[in-house]
Amino acid sequence: MTPGDEAGRRRGFVARLRTRRSVPRGRLQRRVFAGARLVLALALVGGLYAGLTPHASAEDTPTLSGAAAEGKALYDRSCISCHGENAQGVPGRGPSLLGLGSAAVEFQVTTGRMPLTMQGAQAERKPPVFTDDQARMLGAYIQALGGGPQLPPGNDLHSQGDIAQGGDLFRVNCAACHAFGTGGGALSSGKSAPSLGEATDRQMYAAMLTGPQNMPVFGDNQLSPQEKEDIIAYVQNLKSDQDPGGFGLGKLGPVPEALVIFLVGIVFLVVVSLWIAGKS
Amino acid sequence: MRRRKIDVAALPGAAATQVDDRLTLATPLRKAFNKVFPDHWSFLLGEIALYSFIVLLLTGTFLAFFFDPSMQDVQYNGSFTPLRGVQMSQAYSSSLHLSFDVRGGLFLRQMHHWAALLFMAAIIVHMLRVFFTGAFRKPRELNWIVGILLFWMGFLEGFCGYSLPDDALSGTGLRIASAIVLSIPLVGSWVATSLFGGEFPGDVILDRLYITHVLLVPGAILALITVHLALLVKQMHTQWPGPGRTNRNVIGVRMFPGFAVKTTGFFMMVFATIALLAGVFQINPIWLFGPYRPAVVSAASQPDWYVMFLDGSTRLMPAWEIRFHLAGHAYMIPAVFWPTVVLPGLLTVLPLLYPFLEARFTKDRQHHHLLQRPRDVPLRTGLGAMAVTFYLVLFVSGGNDVIADKFNISLNAMTWAGRIGLLILPPLAYYLAYRISLGLQQHDREVLAHGIETGIIKRAPDGRFYEVHQPLGPVDEHGHSALEYQGWSVPKKMNRVGALVPAIRGFFFPVERAPERELPEAPISPAPDRQEISSH
Ligand code: HEC
Ligand code: HEC
Ligand code: HEM
Repeated sequence: MTPGDEAGRRRGFVARLRTRRSVPRGRLQRRVFAGARLVLALALVGGLYAGLTPHASAEDTPTLSGAAAEGKALYDRSCISCHGENAQGVPGRGPSLLGLGSAAVEFQVTTGRMPLTMQGAQAERKPPVFTDDQARMLGAYIQALGGGPQLPPGNDLHSQGDIAQGGDLFRVNCAACHAFGTGGGALSSGKSAPSLGEATDRQMYAAMLTGPQNMPVFGDNQLSPQEKEDIIAYVQNLKSDQDPGGFGLGKLGPVPEALVIFLVGIVFLVVVSLWIAGKS
Repeated sequence: MRRRKIDVAALPGAAATQVDDRLTLATPLRKAFNKVFPDHWSFLLGEIALYSFIVLLLTGTFLAFFFDPSMQDVQYNGSFTPLRGVQMSQAYSSSLHLSFDVRGGLFLRQMHHWAALLFMAAIIVHMLRVFFTGAFRKPRELNWIVGILLFWMGFLEGFCGYSLPDDALSGTGLRIASAIVLSIPLVGSWVATSLFGGEFPGDVILDRLYITHVLLVPGAILALITVHLALLVKQMHTQWPGPGRTNRNVIGVRMFPGFAVKTTGFFMMVFATIALLAGVFQINPIWLFGPYRPAVVSAASQPDWYVMFLDGSTRLMPAWEIRFHLAGHAYMIPAVFWPTVVLPGLLTVLPLLYPFLEARFTKDRQHHHLLQRPRDVPLRTGLGAMAVTFYLVLFVSGGNDVIADKFNISLNAMTWAGRIGLLILPPLAYYLAYRISLGLQQHDREVLAHGIETGIIKRAPDGRFYEVHQPLGPVDEHGHSALEYQGWSVPKKMNRVGALVPAIRGFFFPVERAPERELPEAPISPAPDRQEISSH
């Protein structure tokens, strides 16, 4: 349920209060009413909580480390409009970031997905707005606020990995969406799993750890840190490897091969037949 | 010692006489050498299929030296590092060995696979040529049937070959095939169990596919090709109508030497094209798919193109299941049964019957040796366009996830577009093809009656403008000629009737010198206006 729905339901509830009992309640109306009651109860609890707990920011701000403090400055400039003060989320604009940890922030910011510019089926990769250092600062800030998964240090998360092991894991866990050639694939309703062509070690690690949007989370109990590095090692090796068989056709399987056989093979041979038949 | 004088030049002839003395080959050979082949490019399409098949036999034999269809579990230790130490079947391991550790192995594997794609593509194009020109009409119905069987045999052969390496993609294909077999009512589970020797995947399927792929189906194809060509020789080629061409002769080049030289050249070109494709474009990179595991289903898992239309029909089919009770047992017909068993069944039976259906509806019992231009038979052309469109929608839907992804279209939208398109586009194609045929026919008649538009506008003394037409024959007082349509292309440009400098022959460079410009007498009509047209 998005915040927008909630608002609609609340309005329905107010309207219901006005016209009470003028008509017998239908099933839908009963449901709306029940939903509205739930929302009201939640709002009440939430309000009480907000009122009774001391103001979070007032206490947190002084304890922020240097990086986190710089991160907060960046955050307040670029993210606050959608994710709200202290990353608590703004209904209808952006979710709360509390508990997501620095891994998610680093992934979203270094792949350029955040700050979001346009709401679409999903946030797309684009040239990043912030440098890697700034992304880490932002991550440190969110980490300080709510904790959550973190990335291991260092930019090289693949040389300790076992490529063959990683290949097996990749084909079982990732190929269903990203395709065997890491070229990506379509999901339902206009969503898609992107190509892994540009992903760095850290981004891949973070993607597994945090499961952005439609990607499942591969926590450390599903794929151990070593297994994650195996996968990264496999993918990076695949990307740097030359196709042994010639031009790889995007590693997209039989679809481009079908195009080639008609557009190159058949077209060429028809021209040849024209030539040969024309020579009498 | 006396030296016998040997006349070297007479040796072949003498040897031939000796052979003919014993085997009496001269008469049949003379007949064969004198067989006449019509000279039109569209007659070479079938040869592409024939020559790709020869390439398949050659490359396939090479592959068979190294490939081992065993499903025994082994650990890979070859030179492709990303798979070293991985457990896999012996079949997959030997395919990797063939690709990476046999000299030229990858190239020949790729040649084999490209040749397979080309074989099927050429069969389709050849079939379209035969259909749209009416070459299947009496007496050639049997050869049409043989052709359809060849297509399905090639389909089966390709599918078996695709399944042999036992990579994740071919395993996924086999899994789907087993689901399709299982979906057949009543006998499905029995057939599937017999095929796989128990539950899927079992441990015999690769052996069975292998013997099917290297012996049974190639044998059948070879036999069918023999029948196909024998019938062709017996019944002679069809030909396009034209000057001197009748229902009783064939005009073209003789088998020997003209056609033999050309066709050898053509074989080499087909061979070279396949080799070029194999050298330039990677195909079926089995090392990326990994060994088959039931849990592995990658995105962009597609069959080869000739199977893709069935994949498409499965993707478009809504998930409708039929459940019923029969003799106290509960049965269920899953949705895949309709698009993958019933549809191919229809797609086999309808084309098989088509020549007879057409003859029945047109009440045409004649022998035909002259081809028809598609425009002259709008009904058939329309039906053909309809079938092609139907096929294309299924074909495109078979790759719809890749298309959706690469062109940023929603996959759901693609599926619905496919469903709606499958119902709407074929009738539309029929209508368009029909109208276009009629339009082309009419234009032919117009040009025959009024002559070619020269593009020269004349102004009469009274101020009227009119375009000068070049009549194609003698004209009456209205400037109309009473020429009959001959079923062959009508010249519609002035340079087709010799008005401009005749084109110099030669494909890449001229093979003749331009004749001195001395205006020849127009071949078809006295052409009183010619002077003005070619004034330069
Ligand atoms: C225009 C509004 C907007 C701005 C600006 C924006 N975000 Fe977001 N953000 C969103 C929305 C909407 C989502 C959730 C949907 C999505 O992921 O596409 C999101 C999701 C996220 C997530 C992932 C949440 C999850 O559940 O995994 C992170 C992390 C994030 N944003 C961080 C940031 C940071 C850091 C900034 C500032 C650099 C920022 N965002 C700026 C709108 C915005
Ligand atoms: C259910 C489908 C699914 C599976 C399985 C999956 N992913 Fe993803 N993945 C996605 C989607 C969807 C996105 C896009 C998320 C977004 O845009 O925020 C994505 C994004 C990514 C990205 C970011 C790519 C970029 O450059 O922006 C990486 C890296 C990634 N995935 C790696 C993996 C790995 C490694 C695995 C296997 C352990 C995996 N994924 C499994 C669906 C999946
Ligand atoms: C109409 C004829 C044929 C077609 C359409 C065909 C098609 C195919 C295809 C699509 C493959 C998968 C290739 C790949 O690994 O990428 C294959 C594999 C194979 N074919 Fe054929 N083929 C034909 C004839 C033959 C013949 C005549 C032989 C042998 C005498 C043969 C032997 C093989 C072998 C051994 C393999 C497995 C090789 C491997 O993948 O490692 N084929 N075939």
